[in-house]
Amino acid sequence: MQFDQLLQYAVSGLSTGAIYALIGIGFSIIYNATGIINFAQGEFVMLGGLFTLTFLDLLKLPVWAAVPCAVAASTLAGLVFERLAIRPLRQPTPINLVIITIGGSILIRGLAMLFWGKDTHSIPSFSGDDPIAIGGATILPQHLWILGITMVIVAANRFYFYHTISGKAMRACSYNPRAAGLVGIDVRRMVLFSFVISSAMGAVAGIIVAPLTMTAYDVGIMLGLKGFCAAIIGGMSSGIATVVGGLILGVLESLGAGLVSSGYKDAIAFIILLLLLFLRPQGLFGKRESERV
Amino acid sequence: MQRERIKFLIFAVLVFSAPLLFNGGYLMNVFVFVGIHTMLAIALNLLLGYAGQISLGHAGFFGLGAYASGILTATFGWNPWLAMPVSALAVAALAYLIGFPILKLKGHYLAMATLGMGIIIYIVFNETIDYTGGPSGLSGIPNMSLGGVSFDSDIKNYYLIWTCTLLTVLLSLNLADSRIGRALRAVHDSEVAARVMGVNARLLKVQIFALSAVICSLAGSLYAHTMTFLAPSSFGFNFSVELLTMVVIGGLGSIYGSFLGAALLTLLPEFLRAAHDYDIVIYGGLLMVMTIFMPGGLVRGIPALVRALTSGKRGGGNA
Repeated sequence: MQFDQLLQYAVSGLSTGAIYALIGIGFSIIYNATGIINFAQGEFVMLGGLFTLTFLDLLKLPVWAAVPCAVAASTLAGLVFERLAIRPLRQPTPINLVIITIGGSILIRGLAMLFWGKDTHSIPSFSGDDPIAIGGATILPQHLWILGITMVIVAANRFYFYHTISGKAMRACSYNPRAAGLVGIDVRRMVLFSFVISSAMGAVAGIIVAPLTMTAYDVGIMLGLKGFCAAIIGGMSSGIATVVGGLILGVLESLGAGLVSSGYKDAIAFIILLLLLFLRPQGLFGKRESERV
Repeated sequence: MQRERIKFLIFAVLVFSAPLLFNGGYLMNVFVFVGIHTMLAIALNLLLGYAGQISLGHAGFFGLGAYASGILTATFGWNPWLAMPVSALAVAALAYLIGFPILKLKGHYLAMATLGMGIIIYIVFNETIDYTGGPSGLSGIPNMSLGGVSFDSDIKNYYLIWTCTLLTVLLSLNLADSRIGRALRAVHDSEVAARVMGVNARLLKVQIFALSAVICSLAGSLYAHTMTFLAPSSFGFNFSVELLTMVVIGGLGSIYGSFLGAALLTLLPEFLRAAHDYDIVIYGGLLMVMTIFMPGGLVRGIPALVRALTSGKRGGGNA
């Protein structure tokens, strides 16, 4: 086994990991604000990619305009989802919430299938496909886009939660919704906000990964589950712990696919997920160290 | 108790006389699947409706039973009647082993963990090509036979499978009405309270999980010998969601509700040919609409609706 090859696996693992991190943070934000694990999270990732395709191909928009439009469209879908599925629920028991978010998830997937068809679609890279050599490994410009955009979003996320009134209000809701309500925070609005933010983040993840992996109506489920796995490694934190979780998962998966067997690549994430849930449900870094937003 | 017995007897008579009306038609073939799906829906309902523990990986247990029976009979030449209980025992052991750690989890986490389990099983079906044939499938599975009679036609399979389904119904009704059933409902309502009352909640949850898995495995074996061909795509996440939809539509905690849900979801695509491409849209929509508007399922929702309508017509609302 050569070092170059390992480096190559690590680099591609890191960029996939960044995607998992973004999706995982989306899970954490909703979980922390509402206690809900949103099984439809992956569908917004799928919507991001496919909406970009529509804006690029059908409306002939340039990339810099198509991407924000696609994020806006997916976010709107997230908002509608919260309004139509989560809010009307009269008995919000965990099982009902699981059932309804799964229902929403396959409904969105089914509608996407009717709208975009069952084919796999490709999206052009943001800035060409000329590989860049780093040491013995080569990376694509899109990898840099992924890592850069992830860093910007994680930083923006942190700024939002710690330095804006709205972000602080959302943190208050996650600690104690009733107390938050008593000091004048509109808890229901914060719940809606959390869905808006996480569907936007999911959409961004789906858009930046689409040029590398292609996209289709059914990519949401796997990406969503792996994002959840990242969030579990990070102890459902919406900060850096989940980012680290995503990166660990991405690299392990890439190494596993390269060194062991590519057929079992998808199983790696789930075995990690089960082991963590069994042994360390509080996340790899323990409850104390991870920040719960 | 007497009423329950009469209800079951009527149900059994209806089931056994249905072929007199529909024999020969392709509907018999659909009814065979209604039977298998009813077993699966009841299995999931025992776990979800009675014990309140969700599983999104039950298609995996169904697949394990099917593949174990299929491989033992087609590749190793076992007798199906031996392969079926051996497969079921193996699945029981596996479910028992997984059950202890997995059922420590609650709610959303349990859902995710069982989902992960189901997907791992599905990946194994696809990758162990030497045994399962991988994505191209496993063929050459023999039909079951009993005393020289081979179950090779829809009508024979109908009686074979519905006998097993009725036994499952009977077992589940008895279980629900027993000390175990009451203990399960106690765990459902409050695990802590159940513990305080002396229910070994943890063991009980694992046992019901294993029982549920065994029923799925038996249904899987029957499926394998009826179809004589297996492919992994029948045992993926979508099928787990389909099972969940059956249980939710029929009504959590209702055995006949599971039959109703299974029958509806199996017959629906047959009557609405056009619905074939829309099936996941329909399942998704049904799950959402039922959870929001009829959380008790059809078996409770329809009578409540009828009551509301009739009392509304009287203008009194004094019902």
